[in-house]
Amino acid sequence: MKTHRLTFAFQLFVTLLAAAFLMVPAGASILAGFTANYFRGVSSGLTLDWVKQVLALYSDTIWLSIGIALGTLAATLVLAVPAAWALVRRPSRLARIVEEVVTLPVAVPGLALALALILAYGAIREFRMSPAFILTGHVLYTLPFMLRSVMAVLAAVDIRSLEEGAASLGASPLQRFFHVVLPNAKGGILAGALMVVTLSIGEFNLTWMLHTPLTKTLPVGLADSYASMRLEIASAYTLVFFVMIVPLLLALQLFGRTTGSAR
Amino acid sequence: MHSADRLARLFLLPLFLFVAAFFLLPMVRLIGVAGSGPNGMAEYVAILTNPRYVATLVATLLLSAAVTAATLAIGTVVALFLARNRFWGRPLLVSCLTLPLAFPGVVVGFMVILLAGRQGLLASLSMGLGMGRWVFAYSMAGLFAGYVYFSLPRVLVTLMAAVEKLDPALEEAARSLGAGRFEVLRDVTLPGIAPALMASGAIAFATAMGAFGTAFTLATRIDVLAMTIYTEFTLNANFATAAALSIALGLITWAVLALSRNLAGSGVAAAG
Repeated sequence: MKTHRLTFAFQLFVTLLAAAFLMVPAGASILAGFTANYFRGVSSGLTLDWVKQVLALYSDTIWLSIGIALGTLAATLVLAVPAAWALVRRPSRLARIVEEVVTLPVAVPGLALALALILAYGAIREFRMSPAFILTGHVLYTLPFMLRSVMAVLAAVDIRSLEEGAASLGASPLQRFFHVVLPNAKGGILAGALMVVTLSIGEFNLTWMLHTPLTKTLPVGLADSYASMRLEIASAYTLVFFVMIVPLLLALQLFGRTTGSAR
Repeated sequence: MHSADRLARLFLLPLFLFVAAFFLLPMVRLIGVAGSGPNGMAEYVAILTNPRYVATLVATLLLSAAVTAATLAIGTVVALFLARNRFWGRPLLVSCLTLPLAFPGVVVGFMVILLAGRQGLLASLSMGLGMGRWVFAYSMAGLFAGYVYFSLPRVLVTLMAAVEKLDPALEEAARSLGAGRFEVLRDVTLPGIAPALMASGAIAFATAMGAFGTAFTLATRIDVLAMTIYTEFTLNANFATAAALSIALGLITWAVLALSRNLAGSGVAAAG
């Protein structure tokens, strides 16, 4: 279909404007993180000092975020992957209800979820003060993504007939799970894992309420620096965050495309 | 298959216990706390009669509706353009438009500050042009920009996929039957991507309702629901009101998502 000249120009304009809206501030933030004095501009010279200061000030938040992300990943793998198989192999009303309830925390705003957790468990001091409190919130929030991702792949490969084949050859249920189900779910598990780690590293809504002065994650530190540090440090810190999150995002895009076309 | 059933039940048990202990139980507690203040269960009525909370609720709903409308409008134009045209640099453009997908709300807030804050790009641009200093980051307009920034990549991904799946033959048929450009858009293209518009619009609306990070970064003084809940809970220690407000917020977002899922029939998950 031939596109009208004017329509084309209008669409191009809106698209470029949208791309600029999204990318220019990100570019400015990266530049500011390397600029000696952002207010005076790049002519004041480029420097790595701000990044070094950020690493000196906030490296504990970076490590805590990585730790919590890996812990969240481990927990979602253990909780969601076997459950996804159990839910797919026999679709029932109960399975629908379980899926619906597990998915609910995504629809409930993080703030409400965090309030509920604090009201229910905030009195248990050891739990409240430990990173496990944040971890619990992250697992709750990311579980549905892992569950859905694995369930989608298992449904697509028709795992039930594959399993019947293995069963007729004498494989026990546990053997079938490890040797038939898991290898077939690999794509969904990987996509889910990337999603879980990306979400956990960037999670703020829940974490801001759940954190304590001794359990600050990267986004909590970011909010801190935006409120109290000079623009260059805030930018350099954001830069560190980009360095962590962009590879995950690119992997997610690349991987999402290949599984998307296979489906 | 009997032993497999037993294994399946065993596999579901940890998930069930976790969700029961850390989601269902806390939610019941939240509902209880909302009714434990000086007003008792009337707290739910109190938040609906207090003019300040009602004003906040209305402002949040209006803001979310405006964000949804703007994001869908921009998203539709861009998705149609990117899906229908092939040109050099297109993959790069698509990457630029979808990469901010996982920027959390706090980072988006910082992006708005860099764009429209006191030392922002627009401020220096407008100063350079001699038109005064444009600073709107720390207001409702800044929040609006932030939420559009947050939702646009998500909406685009869904809409682009929907446009790619549209059968171009339908539009050609409409054209050959004499339909004008605008009529084709109104009667063929838009209805074709309606489910995607519905699903991604609902997510944009729900995130704008509940998002907290962006508002927190921009200013604590903007009166939106999430900020009010936060201040009531942490600064005023008004647990009952905070709980009642967050239940109201949760019900609204859940209802919007459930409604769109029933209408559009696809389960796209939100993220914040």
